[in-house]
Amino acid sequence: MAEGTQASGEKKARPIVPFLRLGDRPHLVGKKCDQCGAVYLGNRVACSKCSTTGPFSEIPLSTKGSLWVYSIVHQSAPGIPTPYVAAIVDLPEGVSVRCNIIDVEPDPAKIPFGMPVEMITRKVREDKEGNDIIAFFFRPASKN
Amino acid sequence: MRNVYVLGVGMIKFGRYPDKDVPELAAQAALLALKDAGMTMKDIQLLASGNLLQAGAMVGQRLLQQIGQTGIPVINVANACATGSTAFREAYFAVGSGEYEVAMAVGSEQMGKAGLLGGGGASREGSVEGILGSGLMPAVFGQAGVEHMRKHGTKMEHFAKISVKNHKHSTKNPLSQYQNEMDLDAVMKARMIAYPNTLYMCCPTGDGAAAAIVVSEAVMKKYAKKPVKVGCSVLTSDPWSDRDLTLPDVSTLTRTAAKQAYERAGVGPEDLDLVELHDCFATAELLHYENLGLCKEGEAGRGVDEGWFAHGGKSPVNVSGGLLSKGHPLGATGVANIYEVVMHLRGEAGARQVEGAKVGLAHVIGLGSACTIHILTA
Ligand SMILES: [Zn+2]
Repeated sequence: MAEGTQASGEKKARPIVPFLRLGDRPHLVGKKCDQCGAVYLGNRVACSKCSTTGPFSEIPLSTKGSLWVYSIVHQSAPGIPTPYVAAIVDLPEGVSVRCNIIDVEPDPAKIPFGMPVEMITRKVREDKEGNDIIAFFFRPASKN
Repeated sequence: MRNVYVLGVGMIKFGRYPDKDVPELAAQAALLALKDAGMTMKDIQLLASGNLLQAGAMVGQRLLQQIGQTGIPVINVANACATGSTAFREAYFAVGSGEYEVAMAVGSEQMGKAGLLGGGGASREGSVEGILGSGLMPAVFGQAGVEHMRKHGTKMEHFAKISVKNHKHSTKNPLSQYQNEMDLDAVMKARMIAYPNTLYMCCPTGDGAAAAIVVSEAVMKKYAKKPVKVGCSVLTSDPWSDRDLTLPDVSTLTRTAAKQAYERAGVGPEDLDLVELHDCFATAELLHYENLGLCKEGEAGRGVDEGWFAHGGKSPVNVSGGLLSKGHPLGATGVANIYEVVMHLRGEAGARQVEGAKVGLAHVIGLGSACTIHILTA
């Protein structure tokens, strides 16, 4: 897929962050420090755990994880719809992801710790060129 | 490092000063500290000025325009919520190194009604705030509190009781932004900001300034003031953690600083007569009881229920009213904490005096990330 210019006028789907990969099976990718095993979302100039300058391997991350903690945000910056469940999800590869949990009631009684969750993607806005900006969310994992 | 003492402190009432600007607020606090020390600007050899929201505006030099341009070196400091305490640390090092005899730290901030929710989400284009979770302070400290609930079974009520305590404390502090009591029901039922913190479990925005003058032992001896010694000055940043950059590690930052502070000052948490810690949210205060070693791991909720951290309890915390009620003008907070501890160690804290206080700890964290701890002794 060509990057950059929109000469054809064709609209594209663009990930909201570089560590989200779209396509048939959307997933997050991490960078793993070959020396100490620390896993990151996004790039590092050198490892923030052991300071080695690499190499780093790219690893695809699981789309299933578990809920570590959350907060239910009722008041945010101007223009951000509330309430929403702001959470930290742990993935089996040893990396944690900051995200929104959707398809749950914003009620602590309905949000169990350790809840299995799965990733989905949705369009959240368009950029200036009219491309779809795609974000990832987690929701309670389906029971199959 | 040679011994360093706090000779003078000053603080203006935290609140809203729409008709003044930052250098004016800072100047008022500086003059109070000079008066307290029995000095004039001509005695000050170095100024460290802490201000966050106008970090590029040379507040320190503009402060000197207000009270005396004596040509001394000025350091402008910005370090998140630890801005004021980092300025104090700069003054401490200036004297402790032997390079200067007298240095002043001034912390100031004018927040108006903007504040903690103002940054981060203003530009929708490109922002992930509220889409990929939240990096804003209410959510971050909400999550940090929920993590304690998850690990130790802590209840929302425990956090709410901390707000009740600090609001009660503030009724005896004439410099506190708010001086009204809050009952548990009012705190629990207030508008939710970010679970589990309701409105009254979040610190207010506001304006304020505080100042402290530190001196060498030789200078201290020339003045008829009860000496207050700076036992240590510690500053840390976030170490690597497994949830690096997703969940700012407000605890490890403080734990590392506390360990260093107790070692350097030669005191333990059991020796502290009072603690001014960074209760930017009620959840934060509860975490810091354990982070500072004021109680054992997982015991903070029980300690709240049993009043350990209230004035008169075994480990009084935030007898000033804390950030929750005294207010949190970002750059002023760190110096205001020093002010509070010094007043108690001198026995000059009035109606809120912790009787016989000999050792006090001032703690500030800023995300992300900086944590300062100063231990002062009478
Ligand atoms: Zn590494």
